[in-house]
Amino acid sequence: MAGMVERNGAGTIISHVGLIFGIAIVCFPIYLAIVASTVEQKDIVSPPLPLLPGGHFIENYKKALLSGVNIPVWRMLVNSTIMAMGIAIGKIVISLLSAFAIVYFRFPLRTFFFWMIFLTLMLPVEVRIVPTFEVIANFGMLNSYTGLILPLIASATATFLFRQFFMTVPDEIAEAARVDGAKPMRFFFDILLPMSRTNIAALFVILFIYGWNQYLWPLLITTDPEMNTIVMGIKQMFPSGDDLADWPVIMATALLAMLPPVLVVVFMQNLFIKGLVDAEK
Amino acid sequence: MEKRVTFKGWLLPLLLITPQVVVTAVFFFWPAGQAIYQSAFIPDPFGLKSQFVGWGNFQFIFTDPYYLASFKTTAIFSLSVTIVSMGVALWLALMADRIIKGAATYRTLLIWPYAVAPAIAGVLWLFMFNPRIGVVSWYLDKIGYDWNHVLNSNEAMLLVVLASAWSRISYNFLFFLAGLQSIPKSLVEAAAMDGAGFWYRFRTIVFPLLSPTTFFLLVVNIVYAFFETFGVIHTITAGGPQQATNIMVYKVYSDGFVGQDLGSSAAQSVVLLFVVGLLTILQFRYIEKKVHY
Amino acid sequence: MTTISLKDVKKSYGNLRVIHGVSVDIHDSEFIVVVGPSGCGKSTLLRMIAGLEDISEGEVCIDGKVVNHLEPMDRNIAMVFQNYALYPHMSVFDNIAYSLKIAKTSKAEIKQRVQETAELLQLGDYLDRKPRQLSGGQRQRVAMGRAIVRRPSVFLFDEPLSNLDAKLRVQMRLEIKRLQRQLGITSVFVTHDQVEAMTLGDKLMVLNDGRVEQFGTPVELYQKPRSIFVAQFIGSPSMNIVPVSEGHRLPNGAVVDHAVPKPQHTGELSLGIRPEHIDIEPASDVRFLIEMAEQLGANTLIHGVLEGSSAPLVVSLPGLHTLESLDASIGLRFQPENCHWFDTATGDRL
Repeated sequence: MAGMVERNGAGTIISHVGLIFGIAIVCFPIYLAIVASTVEQKDIVSPPLPLLPGGHFIENYKKALLSGVNIPVWRMLVNSTIMAMGIAIGKIVISLLSAFAIVYFRFPLRTFFFWMIFLTLMLPVEVRIVPTFEVIANFGMLNSYTGLILPLIASATATFLFRQFFMTVPDEIAEAARVDGAKPMRFFFDILLPMSRTNIAALFVILFIYGWNQYLWPLLITTDPEMNTIVMGIKQMFPSGDDLADWPVIMATALLAMLPPVLVVVFMQNLFIKGLVDAEK
Repeated sequence: MEKRVTFKGWLLPLLLITPQVVVTAVFFFWPAGQAIYQSAFIPDPFGLKSQFVGWGNFQFIFTDPYYLASFKTTAIFSLSVTIVSMGVALWLALMADRIIKGAATYRTLLIWPYAVAPAIAGVLWLFMFNPRIGVVSWYLDKIGYDWNHVLNSNEAMLLVVLASAWSRISYNFLFFLAGLQSIPKSLVEAAAMDGAGFWYRFRTIVFPLLSPTTFFLLVVNIVYAFFETFGVIHTITAGGPQQATNIMVYKVYSDGFVGQDLGSSAAQSVVLLFVVGLLTILQFRYIEKKVHY
Repeated sequence: MTTISLKDVKKSYGNLRVIHGVSVDIHDSEFIVVVGPSGCGKSTLLRMIAGLEDISEGEVCIDGKVVNHLEPMDRNIAMVFQNYALYPHMSVFDNIAYSLKIAKTSKAEIKQRVQETAELLQLGDYLDRKPRQLSGGQRQRVAMGRAIVRRPSVFLFDEPLSNLDAKLRVQMRLEIKRLQRQLGITSVFVTHDQVEAMTLGDKLMVLNDGRVEQFGTPVELYQKPRSIFVAQFIGSPSMNIVPVSEGHRLPNGAVVDHAVPKPQHTGELSLGIRPEHIDIEPASDVRFLIEMAEQLGANTLIHGVLEGSSAPLVVSLPGLHTLESLDASIGLRFQPENCHWFDTATGDRL
């Protein structure tokens, strides 16, 4: 009686057709962007857009990467990479350290600090933009990588994730290490870190995407185009007023902007899904 | 839950936790405190001194028709985004769950839009619906519909909802699929043998068992629509036309940075703080009792 | 040459006292087994010797030196854990070598000592494997190797065999005993399994509810249990405890054999008699109603009650018997020299 639930025949075909239709809809905006990034401006301003890619792929991408609109896109890619890596690594490092302290030590104010970190779950950057901006401005961190990264690296989520994981490490492992003569930091580096590598990798994937896709924060604190990240920089490529935007270059930039995180998701799919599920637990 | 084993000493753990505590204090608590403090003042235009007004800013925003309209806009926007995105994702997940061969390929093709930033999603949808050159608006024109979201409030709202929902489909799809796959196949098969049709099975077995996932996604999606859609709004409509898409987060930004009305912006931040608090509590209630209803 | 002595060691968690003053002297090269039911505090006691648990009161001395405030590593002890506690990401070699690396031993010496240890434990072929690629018995050996390689002065074992299947447990038991003899290292072994305790220990400490019930050789504990608790805990099947009333009457009214020495005691009495110390005596007026027979091979355990009462009794008869081969009711004789008397109220031996 296997396959009882319409696993065969019509049911399956309907499912396949439905999925392909759904994927077509989901992918349609991207396909259009690919087409737009391979044609000339004149093909775009006289609608409708051709349905097949044109022959200006190299030309458009070269123009985007090397000259862009305000600033070459390669520069924004570099900025985005630094910001995304900085946020992901920074969050992981400070969260690992604080989770280690909270789980493996008893010290004054431990509970207080725990709740303090916990409360930050309730304070997304969007809620406190103006005062946070002022803090960064007072520190002279506008238009700096530090200013882009630092306010975003405190993360209750990562701390909790590592705390949960550390809790599942058997007590005996830490005791064995103590009997073997390992001091706390030795235990941390030799045993706890290597045991956490899958969790770290999964979290890195999620946090890299989070960092790369930041929009509002870079928009506020990078007034110098040299410091723009690619995700926020795209908006700056649109002309003010009624001038026509340089769509082929903008679309090439949009595709360049989504390429790194998309590659990460597709090629590290299992880590990505693990990270996503862990982070929401 | 506490660990039995601990290391001795208090200096080392304090040093270990210091980076996180400092960053949290400087970039979370200090600004949040500032927001609360500033919400009680009106700075003079030159920013030299500010005048204490107590609840004045709150009284102002809660009588400000624009702010009240923003409440309504936010509610309509987030509900629409949540329903559209979850609906499409559930539909896709139900079909993917029934497929044995090729399921992995479909999954790969459906999850990558998660990696596309909301702001980039905004640009893509803006391109499709651009009144002058957009492909979709051109075809709409062919069938006699004049699409112009730059002027038409409803069309603007529809467009930001679609773009925001689109960029969330992957996430919802993944969680729905995982939820569906965790439902014991024997249950569904037993119902099928009893002669229950697909929709009947879905209503009486699948959907009730899926309800924890659904509730979780509901809260997470509302949080997303409230805060993370800033990029979509900013790239497509910038809150317009006539404030039709000016959701609360966007208004905090536009009043604070564009309008330089710091007192009002701070008061709005504080209101948002409460909203986040409420949503977080909801989320925790879910985590607390991950149960089937 | 290592001795361990505990002087009135106590442990409390807040107001809850879990160890009520344990004093014991362990001589050099001795193998001590701490045995007791789960929750009796035996692991806590071991962990206090190891330095993994603070000592609330009293002193732990190793070689005459108080070690209360020393870190585990400074006590020169090695410990084998119940779930082995192997580092999952390290090879067998690295697991065994870890403590030497921390002690900054030279590479050459580490290699040599790990090799030696591996030979001793027949782990030579597995040094490159990860713990998850090993069987339960092999993991147990790695855990042993990790302890041996440091040449500690004390071995501590925390129920190291309880995760193994029955056959492997017997095999590893012998192996541990052999290694301990060969290396001559003072050892403390915690278990809840009294058979393991009897076969391994030079001396046994029976712990109950945080108190030492008895400390002595396995034979002493078997022959002269100091309390009902020890009497029932040591030996398998466990000792029968029969309440005896005024006039030395058994629950069914029969009078205890005049050959059995009687204590001078006024309170309630209990008579202890091991199943293997009961013989069939057709003429006896201690009648036994048979309910069930368990054939163990060399002997048969007969379960039943004293006729005319509901007092249960187990009798072990040599050879094979079945319910059919025995009469439904038989007469019994308690071997007088193997009868134990206890005060029912306190449980103490009389």
